[in-house]
Amino acid sequence: MTVLDDPSFASAGTDEGGQELRSRSELTAKELLREAGAVLRMSESEAAALADVQQDIGEDQSMIINMGPQHPSTHGVLRLMLELQGETVLRCKPIIGYLHTGMEKTAEQLTFMQGGTNVTRMDYLSPLNNELVFSLAVEKLLGIDGDIPERAVWMRMLLSELNRMSSHILFLATNGMDIGAISMMLYGWREREEVLRFFQKVTGLRMNHNFIRPGGLAADLPPGWRDDVLDILEILPARLDEYDTLMTGQPIWRERLQGVGVITAREAVALGATGPILRSTGVPWDLRRDIPYLRYDELEFDVVVGSYGDAYDRYAIRLNEVRESMRIVYQILDKMPKGDYRIQDKKVTPPPRARIDESMEALIHHFKIFTEGFKVPEGEVYVAIESPRGEIGCYIASDGSSKPYRMHMRAPSFVNIQSMPHMMRGSLVADAVAVISSVDPVLGEVDR
Amino acid sequence: MSESVAQGHETAETLHGFPVVNSLGQKVLLVDRASYVQVLKKLADDSFDMCVDLTAVDYLLMPNRTVAAGITPERYELVVNLLSMTRRERLRVRVQVPESDATMPSLFDLHPGTEAMEREVFDMFGITFEGHPDMTRILMPEDWDGHPLRKDYEVGRIPVQFKGAPA
Repeated sequence: MTVLDDPSFASAGTDEGGQELRSRSELTAKELLREAGAVLRMSESEAAALADVQQDIGEDQSMIINMGPQHPSTHGVLRLMLELQGETVLRCKPIIGYLHTGMEKTAEQLTFMQGGTNVTRMDYLSPLNNELVFSLAVEKLLGIDGDIPERAVWMRMLLSELNRMSSHILFLATNGMDIGAISMMLYGWREREEVLRFFQKVTGLRMNHNFIRPGGLAADLPPGWRDDVLDILEILPARLDEYDTLMTGQPIWRERLQGVGVITAREAVALGATGPILRSTGVPWDLRRDIPYLRYDELEFDVVVGSYGDAYDRYAIRLNEVRESMRIVYQILDKMPKGDYRIQDKKVTPPPRARIDESMEALIHHFKIFTEGFKVPEGEVYVAIESPRGEIGCYIASDGSSKPYRMHMRAPSFVNIQSMPHMMRGSLVADAVAVISSVDPVLGEVDR
Repeated sequence: MSESVAQGHETAETLHGFPVVNSLGQKVLLVDRASYVQVLKKLADDSFDMCVDLTAVDYLLMPNRTVAAGITPERYELVVNLLSMTRRERLRVRVQVPESDATMPSLFDLHPGTEAMEREVFDMFGITFEGHPDMTRILMPEDWDGHPLRKDYEVGRIPVQFKGAPA
């Protein structure tokens, strides 16, 4: 019998049962108000006083429609259930899990050495940041977090910043496409490709690199890397100015984004939203500056903040963060030290390739490290860094074996997606697209 | 699986009457279930007002671990990561949740951002949250059996189906 013959499979269909948005008639007024009021940290009576919380709409005046999971503007398989009154969104509920592949369970089956291949596939637009946070957590558990060679640290920063640029440029592309500036999509993909070409040269792959590993990196930078980075830095400013001409100052673009999807600082903090969403509300919170990791405290850069908390601010923040990242990369180029690209700790570092041909011990060591992996002492640790989407955190509990007992990723998109219903409440359906786009979720990371 | 999952050295430090342990340089507060919401409220007033992450661990395979003096280890452990933006500090709260009564009070009214995280813990571990507005599965299909991140849940494999292959 195949899966398809199973009667329960056919009946399941796409019905997600209790996970779906319930209609107004099934809810009490109290539940409706709790949904709206909790985020604002209001009592129910205060929430009721808000004009946009209408509770006296009859069932016949509103309707529930599905947007996604295959809608092109949902950036993957995000399904939104919208309760509409005419063109106005009354309530919204994101339904996720369509891309869930149990990556946290998978992580428990992989050694710490192999773990990078798994985490890199979560936020597939900033894979190097995923690998980085995982590696930092493992290194902290191993107690070698202070011994990573300087060059490895600076290389990690270089890759992390370039990845932030490529991710934000892709955001600009998809944001443009969602709003209707189709040409922006082509420009964005084109510029991102410049960065990805560099990644391919360094890591061998455009995405899912598994390049940053516990103990350092997989390889040193290739010859000529400095010129390649300088090429990117030379191309980009003119292109970013082009985006400014195409979008930033353009009246249609402004009309479409300004005042759309507004969120306040208080709401963002209550919802745990981080990254550009939090910064768009005027909160200058960036882990690179506020709780520095690697050597970010030795660099000069500004934290870009907005003032209205709308979709336009989030767009402008990401655009300008590309410029800040370029500033950082210039400084990294100046300061890049010489030295080793990984720690010379026999416990976690495989022997150099050349040694394997001449030394039996090196061969055995190499074999052991790639089959059994290395043992990590018991303990639990949470490490967080600033990914393009916000705080990405890695919680690892180790039982002393060579595989994580439990690995949890605090995915910024998973948390940020909760702010959508609050941004959309009372707005138009057409603006829902702008809101989804401005949150910039990566569904691989949401569902893990 | 020896004793020192205690994770670091124990200090005499306490916060709101509960022991604070040092886990590899990170501050961890070990709270009991009855005072959980109350302590988190106090912490929120004390500038730890952002709940960054909420997750759980199933310690089924590590029954002999020690958490800290005076705390009985239970099968599940709830892990809440708090952030104070004014102090630029993190604090982790860990709560022991017994297998026989795997329920926790919900943090929804204090930190609405835990809505999805608590649903995820429910989905993956089967720990229910009382007072949560929508205690349903979030990642797995509604009719799924079991809670995948429990340690007694097999990794399992779905047999690969080839079109037209002899049965």
